[in-house]
Amino acid sequence: MMNDMSKIEPSTAVDAIKIQAKGVQVFYGDNQAIKDVSVDILDKTVTAFIGPSGCGKSTFLRCLNRMNDTIDVCRVEGDIRIDNEDIYDKRIDPVQLRAKVGMVFQKPNPFPKSIYDNVAYGPRIHGLARTKADLDEIVEKSLRRGAIWDEVKDRLHEPGTGLSGGQQQRLCIARAVATEPEVLLMDEPCSALDPIATAQVEELIDELKLNFSVVIVTHSMQQAARVSQKTAFFHLGSLVEYGDTGHIFTNPEDPRTESYITGRIG
Amino acid sequence: MADLTAGQNNSPKGGDTADAVRASLARRNRKQKILQGLGLGAIGFAFLMLFILVASLVSSGYQAFTQTKITLEVYVDPEEIEPEKLPRGGFKDVLQASLSELLPEVDTSDRATRKALSGILSNGAQFDLRDRVVADPALIGQTITMTVPVSDPYDQLNKGTIDRDTPEQNRRLNDAEIAWFDQLKAEGVISKPLNTGLVTNADSRFPELAGLKGALIGSFWALFVCFVISFPLGIGAAIYLEEFAPKNKVSDFIEVNINNLAAVPSVVFGLLALAVFIGWFGLPRSAPFVGGMTLALMTMPTIIIATRAALKAVPPSIREAALGIGASKHQVVFGHVLPLAMPGILTGTIIGLAQALGETAPLLLIGMNAFITSAPAGPFDSATALPTQIFIWADSPERGFVSRTSAAILVLLGFLVTMNAIAIYLRNKFERSW
Repeated sequence: MMNDMSKIEPSTAVDAIKIQAKGVQVFYGDNQAIKDVSVDILDKTVTAFIGPSGCGKSTFLRCLNRMNDTIDVCRVEGDIRIDNEDIYDKRIDPVQLRAKVGMVFQKPNPFPKSIYDNVAYGPRIHGLARTKADLDEIVEKSLRRGAIWDEVKDRLHEPGTGLSGGQQQRLCIARAVATEPEVLLMDEPCSALDPIATAQVEELIDELKLNFSVVIVTHSMQQAARVSQKTAFFHLGSLVEYGDTGHIFTNPEDPRTESYITGRIG
Repeated sequence: MADLTAGQNNSPKGGDTADAVRASLARRNRKQKILQGLGLGAIGFAFLMLFILVASLVSSGYQAFTQTKITLEVYVDPEEIEPEKLPRGGFKDVLQASLSELLPEVDTSDRATRKALSGILSNGAQFDLRDRVVADPALIGQTITMTVPVSDPYDQLNKGTIDRDTPEQNRRLNDAEIAWFDQLKAEGVISKPLNTGLVTNADSRFPELAGLKGALIGSFWALFVCFVISFPLGIGAAIYLEEFAPKNKVSDFIEVNINNLAAVPSVVFGLLALAVFIGWFGLPRSAPFVGGMTLALMTMPTIIIATRAALKAVPPSIREAALGIGASKHQVVFGHVLPLAMPGILTGTIIGLAQALGETAPLLLIGMNAFITSAPAGPFDSATALPTQIFIWADSPERGFVSRTSAAILVLLGFLVTMNAIAIYLRNKFERSW
């Protein structure tokens, strides 16, 4: 419902808070991976998480769709709300949450099935298409959103694993948007891609923000600067600084942020 | 290491490093050569042993793939065989009469000579004739042509395993009997065709009649039952343990014990089956059904271990991809993980079944080494299995069973090689890269 309303008036919804995290702590067994992170992520905005390796940015990202649930020793504390709904509430099924919060992974991971079946998988398991024609339409629309339709439209029934790395990643993005999520999490989506494929994916992210709230983890500060409107800098499990991307990169308030951006730590 | 590289750049120490490397290079290369040589030697030794095994089996077993037979013109004498008395009648006498026609100079007035003459034919010949006459009583009074196996000593003589130079008293055939056989051979009634009886006959006391049919069918039923029980149970247990079970002390305990179960000597499973399946449940002895259940106990740990390994080998990225879209746990497992793990599971299963096919000890304990002269009609009939049949034949004193034992081993090895080949084929065919 929220989504539909905001589609009508995208301009006024820009500042609406989509995800609200308060005092989030994550533990792997006895190790604390995330220390007291509070952040508000806006709708229809690209938010970048940057920071050195092992700083917890991916861990925090995976809290947002409860992918950490699959790790036995992982424990999440604190409060994360999407559309003001506690996603760690007992009544929330992670399956339901993940249909609403899509995810794209670091390494392209298409299913060893046809391109069509890759994209159709989500709509099928959630029962989003009543007829074959509906499904065809969803697949085409998603592949167009993934900016890969023209390259694969003649070979929809060939295996998705046969595509190049960049095409596979765009296929994975198409697969993620096929279920019409409201939030799209991207965990270093370009780290396995060459510069051309990276440029294509970045262009795509720019378009995706018209419909989704996009959260992207990246190692590349240039990428964060290019695609995001908001940037959060993580260091040693803490959120050091969060603000407008332009501001963070030109005028960081915290000395650690400045050191990282200028290449002195990381 | 940092010092070494630094030393290389600073000229005075650079020469030292190069010299040190050069000095040790020959030694290092020699070590590698020795290791390679040992490896090649080990492989060569393994191949040599395999070659010796197969060569010895083939050299002693190839004789069993042919069978000496004699073709007789049999006059079905109405005086000896009366239609109203069927299936009783003087079939043996009729056969002996037709032999006498081929060997006219032999004096058959003496009972011992008649017996010796009949001894040329397999004991099964009279039953062959009986079955034909019973099936068609109109044959009485006619002359029919029959090709029947000769008895084992003559078969061995024809195959050259009885040495004519051995002193007569140490030979199984006396000079007169050898002379008869030579005469028959000269008359062209002796032939040595392919021994189809080896797979179409069931077991017999007479080696020339003994075949593997009962053992093949018994093994088939036992393996079938074993597969039907162990495959679903094994996969189910593995999926639960690998995908759903909480990782705690209990699941660790179960895992350790499944691994232990795979290492339990098979004879122990046989004792268990004897006590539980036959003792408590009162299931029939010697039945392939019980054999299959016993083998399933042994195969299940193998399948569980293979399945868990195959499930573990499915890359986590596939699980994450499906979970990230919002697939539930069982959709991830049954829609993505299991299909990808299937080649590994099938390979493990086939190898487990091949192991079960060759298993002897537990079958001995549940009585599948009985002497059974008819093939089982179903899994509850008494039967033997291939390995127990080999066990029985290896125990039999007749010369003909020596070659038949080797032949049966070759048949068993043939099945094992075929099953393993299928496993390799499946693995290569469905192996995917992701």
